[in-house]
Amino acid sequence: MRTEANGTISVGMTLQELGQSVISGRVKAAELVNSYLQRIEARNAKINAYLSVASEDARRTAEDLDAAARRGDPLGSLAGVPVAIKDVIAIEGMTATAGSRILEGYKPPYTATAVRRLKEAGAVVLGKLNCDEFAMGSSNENSAYGVVRNPAALDRVPGGSSGGSAAAVAAELAAATLGTDTGGSIRQPASFCGVVGVLPTYGRVSRYGLIAFASSLDRIGPFARTVEDAAMVLGVIAGHDPLDATSSRRPVPDYVAECHRPVEGLRVGVPAEYFAEGLDQEVKLTVQRAIDSLRAQGCVITPVSLPHTRYAVPTYYVLATAEASANLERFDGVRYGYRAPEVKTLSDMYRETRDRGFGREVKRRILLGTYVLSAGYYDAYYRKGQQVRRVLAEDFLKAFEKVDVIVTPTAPTPAFRIGEKTDDPVSMYLADIYTVTASLAGICGISVPCGVSSEGLPIGAQILGPHFCEGTVFRAARAIEQGQTV
Amino acid sequence: MTATSVSTSATTAALAKYEPVIGLEVHVQLLTTTKAFCGCLTRFGSAPNTQICPTCLGLPGALPVLNKRAVEFAVLASTALNCEVRTRSVFARKNYFYPDSPKGYQISQYDQPLAEHGWIEVPSENGPKKIGITRLHMEEDAGKSLHEGFPDSATKSYVDLNRCGTPLVEIVSEPDIRTPDEAYEYLTRLKEIMLYTGVSDCNMEEGSLRCDANVSVRPRGQEKFGTKAEVKNVNSFRFIRSALEYEIERQVEVLESGGRVVQETRSWNAAEGRTFSMRSKEEAHDYRYFPEPDLPPLMVSDAWKREILTAMPELPEARRARMVREYEISEQDAQSLTATREFADTFEAAAKRAKSPRRVANLVQSELMGRLRAAGLELEQSPVTMDGVVLAADLAEEGKLSSKQWKQIFDVAFEKGEDFGVVYEREKPQQISDTATLEKMIDEVIAANPKQVEQYRGGKKTVAAFFVGQVMRASKGQANPALLNELVVKKLDA
Ligand SMILES: [Zn+2]
Repeated sequence: MRTEANGTISVGMTLQELGQSVISGRVKAAELVNSYLQRIEARNAKINAYLSVASEDARRTAEDLDAAARRGDPLGSLAGVPVAIKDVIAIEGMTATAGSRILEGYKPPYTATAVRRLKEAGAVVLGKLNCDEFAMGSSNENSAYGVVRNPAALDRVPGGSSGGSAAAVAAELAAATLGTDTGGSIRQPASFCGVVGVLPTYGRVSRYGLIAFASSLDRIGPFARTVEDAAMVLGVIAGHDPLDATSSRRPVPDYVAECHRPVEGLRVGVPAEYFAEGLDQEVKLTVQRAIDSLRAQGCVITPVSLPHTRYAVPTYYVLATAEASANLERFDGVRYGYRAPEVKTLSDMYRETRDRGFGREVKRRILLGTYVLSAGYYDAYYRKGQQVRRVLAEDFLKAFEKVDVIVTPTAPTPAFRIGEKTDDPVSMYLADIYTVTASLAGICGISVPCGVSSEGLPIGAQILGPHFCEGTVFRAARAIEQGQTV
Repeated sequence: MTATSVSTSATTAALAKYEPVIGLEVHVQLLTTTKAFCGCLTRFGSAPNTQICPTCLGLPGALPVLNKRAVEFAVLASTALNCEVRTRSVFARKNYFYPDSPKGYQISQYDQPLAEHGWIEVPSENGPKKIGITRLHMEEDAGKSLHEGFPDSATKSYVDLNRCGTPLVEIVSEPDIRTPDEAYEYLTRLKEIMLYTGVSDCNMEEGSLRCDANVSVRPRGQEKFGTKAEVKNVNSFRFIRSALEYEIERQVEVLESGGRVVQETRSWNAAEGRTFSMRSKEEAHDYRYFPEPDLPPLMVSDAWKREILTAMPELPEARRARMVREYEISEQDAQSLTATREFADTFEAAAKRAKSPRRVANLVQSELMGRLRAAGLELEQSPVTMDGVVLAADLAEEGKLSSKQWKQIFDVAFEKGEDFGVVYEREKPQQISDTATLEKMIDEVIAANPKQVEQYRGGKKTVAAFFVGQVMRASKGQANPALLNELVVKKLDA
């Protein structure tokens, strides 16, 4: 896979090795960061993964790390590792547009916990990454700052909403990135771009500093080129945060060690509902081959049933839009971000600011969400949605009594063409059909590359695990990854 | 009273035909050092927008974390109001757009509030009456919109977000209140309980206690409630009583003249003594409440509740009853001595070291309170300390001071800003305790009032007090009262 070298220094190294090399002085963080900045300079115009690049900050941080390494100061495990962050995550002093015009130029005065932890571990933030506006979308075509192009095929979408985060890793514009997943926004672009994307269990990674789309579903997770690298990054960003009341106090295991454990005897469930009508034939065969390779490595493959899967997409769009309608109320032009000029009254200011500041898809979802929460409709939509959500979670609980992980396709098709689905929101929503279930259930998952289509488009397998069983998910994912390269 | 300054034409006869139904919603600011969902200070009166952070500014990505102390206060308040505290309550988002609400929603509680089913007992025309409390829930305050006081206020409004996120409890009564006086009593008791439990300073000027009233009238005997109006913007208990009086008269007048009461929100204008329509029901908000996903359900375990309730003080009602019993004072004295917990504590400490607690109560009532009020002083600022009051009480009890004498000493003490003991030592009244002198004076009075002597000897023993008074006056108040009493009776009985 690594045909283009980043200079000579990071090729073939895991993030762990890279961090150790910077600590020992064998690799200079400054050179490493420079080589990435040069690649961004050369390639980003075509891909549009970065919305902003913090070259100066990154160089200075890298030089400081090199100086610290020379002095022998203790450095974190990701020392010098160049990372980039989806633009819905706050970093003090850097713009955070969330892909929206309404936040153009907005610089938060504080840093998200996940990013703070990356920085404390020595990672160097190169910049902020493009995404669908407020993480709403499955193709990255809803960004106010232009579509991201899939590095594997430039006329194709990278998936969404974390399209920039997936594309940046795929094009080696960052060693690892952070994205967010609300209904599939990490896993689906990871699948489209041919990289690893992790959906941590809800509560595993602090959401503090994540500009909310749907708070009960939003999760921050890593993208990386390999399962081990992704495990490494998750280990750094995971853990309880007193600033997020929904973050878990469970201790964080050594995910890198977990991902290297053998899979022999691992019970793998395959749900028929995920291999039914609407699934691209090539995707189906490729994922089945990945399952075969798990069997070959000693896993026990069992059919499981997730009978309420077909209710997941409508349930997701009821609940996620309801929360979004409230979360996006704060963008009112009063204190920060865009404010419509030349308005006379307060209600005009609200109306015009929000009408001009938000894009079409965001407005569509605010309307949907406002509707499902309205007096007289709440019970039929929101309350019902909550009930179905519990039923979907029970489906998984039951399945996980029999198996350790569940393997499915991540998306029904490989990356589609830019513009192909923009006029049909429902078909766009169905791109999330295999990912929203885990989002609603709060469980963890991953998308791992498992092959390419006849057109050379990446295909990902999704592995889902019970709450807080990321280690097991990494283990199965790495087995699929190994099955590929063997 | 302001309510009657703009009187409606509803007659007493018309008013008598209708029964008012009143429910109150009271917001009480909790006395925490920091805000409900962030670490910012709640201090009042700081420079605008200085007590703020990403969370209370509602900045994108910032999250709320519940203040444990606020829960403890709310549980204390709930229990003091006889409410059942739910083991599990749920925060909800109440959505509305306004510039002083930076998230676009208020974090509140909706269908699963912290506490329910409480009551407050109030005196009413027909004896003590329980006013039900539907619920007590926790929520955060909004900021403040400033529409006046800036050079460009004609075209702009400013926003101060210091208050944003301050913890509140909202206490909603049942529609059990039937008169403006009951409403006034309910609020007075409620405030007293909040002060006693120490959960709020209930300062209405600073907005720590705010009240909205729902009021309707119905023909007496009718079960169904009339259409209600909500009266907002009332910032004292007296005004609430006035606003309710006005609103009841207004509604009766509407009905009597064949009209219909409109469901609406009305604002109280204290200067004009009337309520004005703010908005009708058609313009009412749909708040689109739903569970706050950023906060897990609030769990108050029995163990935690027990721990919280160890801080529960003796509540005013119980304390009054005990004080009446223990110090043999009147209900009324007990009432005013327990106005605040601090005052009651101070009084009780003094009463315990005095020879007669009752005497201390009397002196506090008759000598101290009035003078403090007149001088505009708080108890802590009083020149006469509780030790001074105890001294006065003991001297009075021993008959060493007449009421005229102690009144004089209190006057001087307040005039010069000195304690009772200091004045007493300096101006210790020259008491006439010489039996011969007093007897001579008594003889003179007896000689001058033969009619009264006759009455006394005819069996009307209370006339003795008349002779004591006369001698006291003749002695310019310096006669030793105890000795005088004794001698008068002896002479008259002789
Ligand atoms: Zn704050």
